[in-house]
Amino acid sequence: MSGGPVRPVGSAVDAETRAARPPALPSRFGWTDFVVMPVFLGLVLLVLWQWISHQDLDPIERVTLAWPNVRRRIVEHIQLTALSTVLVLIIAIPLGILLTRRQARRFAPFALALANVGQATPAIGLLVLLTLWLGVGVKVAIIGAVAYAVLPVLSNTIAGLEDVDRQLVEAARGIGMSMPGVLFKVEFPLAVPLVLAGVRNALVLNVGTATLATFVNAGGLGDIIQDGILLQRTVVLIVGSVLTVVLALTVDWLASLAEQGLRPRGLRNGG
Amino acid sequence: MADVTGATIRLEELTKHFPGQKIAAVDRVTLEIPAGQLVVFVGPSGSGKTTTMKMINRLIEPTSGLISIDDRDVTHLDPVKLRRKIGYAIQNSGLFPHMTVGQNIALVPRMLGWSRSRVSTRVDELLETVGLDSVEFRNRYPRQLSGGQQQRVGVARALAGDPPVLLMDEPFGAVDPITRGHLQDELIRIQHELHKTIVFVTHDFDEAVKLGDKIVVLREQSHIAQYDTPEAILTNPADEFVAGFVGAGAALKRLTLSRVRDVEVKPFATAGMRDDIATIRRAAREYGADEVLLLDERRRPTRWLRREEVRRGGAGLAVTAHEVGDTVTRDATLRDALDAILTEGGGKVAVTGPRGEYIGVVSIETLMGSIQEMLEADREAAREHLDELEAQREVQRVEEQERAGHEDGAHPAESDQR
Repeated sequence: MSGGPVRPVGSAVDAETRAARPPALPSRFGWTDFVVMPVFLGLVLLVLWQWISHQDLDPIERVTLAWPNVRRRIVEHIQLTALSTVLVLIIAIPLGILLTRRQARRFAPFALALANVGQATPAIGLLVLLTLWLGVGVKVAIIGAVAYAVLPVLSNTIAGLEDVDRQLVEAARGIGMSMPGVLFKVEFPLAVPLVLAGVRNALVLNVGTATLATFVNAGGLGDIIQDGILLQRTVVLIVGSVLTVVLALTVDWLASLAEQGLRPRGLRNGG
Repeated sequence: MADVTGATIRLEELTKHFPGQKIAAVDRVTLEIPAGQLVVFVGPSGSGKTTTMKMINRLIEPTSGLISIDDRDVTHLDPVKLRRKIGYAIQNSGLFPHMTVGQNIALVPRMLGWSRSRVSTRVDELLETVGLDSVEFRNRYPRQLSGGQQQRVGVARALAGDPPVLLMDEPFGAVDPITRGHLQDELIRIQHELHKTIVFVTHDFDEAVKLGDKIVVLREQSHIAQYDTPEAILTNPADEFVAGFVGAGAALKRLTLSRVRDVEVKPFATAGMRDDIATIRRAAREYGADEVLLLDERRRPTRWLRREEVRRGGAGLAVTAHEVGDTVTRDATLRDALDAILTEGGGKVAVTGPRGEYIGVVSIETLMGSIQEMLEADREAAREHLDELEAQREVQRVEEQERAGHEDGAHPAESDQR
């Protein structure tokens, strides 16, 4: 928007069209968004590092807490989280879109009920049941995580699409948009804020579920915690737990940035 | 006069029966909307006016009947392609909040496959058409606009693909009365330039009178109660239903159909703010008036000197005298003028030009005279119309009698046997 002189537009301009310029759209991010959480997490890691450095570690602890081992668990954990989240998106978003189309709308309650069963079942119980059926391994951990995290994305996709003002959908059809055009240019962009909230929710759930992957032999930071319990080494237990918390908060922070960054411009905050 | 760019719309026996409902929402409507005219569908809520309109661009598929635009049956066209050739504007503007003003307007031209530069030029052009500065507005999001501005953009979007036909579904229903007045004036101006065929739905009869070349008054099931010019409906409502819908004060509403420019604007005694009392009295004598209108240095009316004040004279008159509260332009409706006269209290109102400068006055007597003339002319037209109807009925009656006589004559044997 230029601050230049107002150009005369002839008789067409009246008082209303010359109304004072509205405030510019607020920036998507404030500087605190980038500072507060990283500084906090950095401090936590620093304290943890200081604390371990002053501990007298026995050989078992030293092996378990060696950087290559810890790094391997962190990478596994991130991989499990990322893979299961991507699968959740691939399943839940198209399904949510499908279930809001007129022909399939009546199946939505059933699908939501099913997804609800997935989430209402404690993740650990789900993993145990899956193990009895499919054995152990990464595959099982991922299936468990996906079953657990489909609900928030599915229900938010459906809610987001259902929430779109019917008048706007009709306006879109009325000016001659095709059905896919209405969906991808109007309905889905307007549903994006809710879908993103669901995705963030799913990511956080998946970070948590990945901690349980150790029970099906699929690695992750849960391994370190499990080692701490089995070997009765409190230091190991604490390191595993703190790292899990820091990773979960980091993921949530990144997801919140993505949520703000990907929201279509022009939409009100919170809508 | 620009060429008529609109198209004739014809509805034949158009019916919509929603599944699960006992009676049809729209029942066998037959109607012709002439090219280049603005026709208003008006009726109480539930009369099916919106349903009837939405069948024209097939947002609602008709159960039976025909719709043709420029003699082409459109009930079998691809609805998506059809809609790109019919402008559509709705209440609350229907702008997409995640797109800028420019992107909203560009939607239809882009779907029609126009080149990028042509679309861009078109967006600028349309913003100017609806009275918005394109540099300032095209990159804004709808929520950065006032309600009235959003509605203007809504109209611009409807016009974007240069469609011959425009459908407007209560487009000004959700804005405040003052802004609505502006938007209506703008629509009249735009229509004077473009001559589209516009179907406009409203439940506000005053809006219908102001905008319509013709008005269709609809009752339940979209039955046409009357289809005529605003003048004819106001002065000669077809039945009780229409009369009830026109409401009280039809004569007053008639005033919105004429403008100050249609009546005599008379010169009046005026004087400058700094003139002495002798000059003021001379001005008053010249016009045989006992009141004088004071003008400022740019000839804008400022104060009325009433009879007492002119006679008494004295210093400070220009400060104490009755301030001019309301003026009208030549474009104001007679209803506005009457309103201004009543608020001014002196039986007259000053008429001003585009920059607020004095032109003359309109008095209550002038207004009353014009109203009498208008009503007389309307009544005359109505009488002629009635005579015509009477004559038609007479012809019908004669024909029926002849037919009846013929049938009687065809079965003489039967009556004999009985």
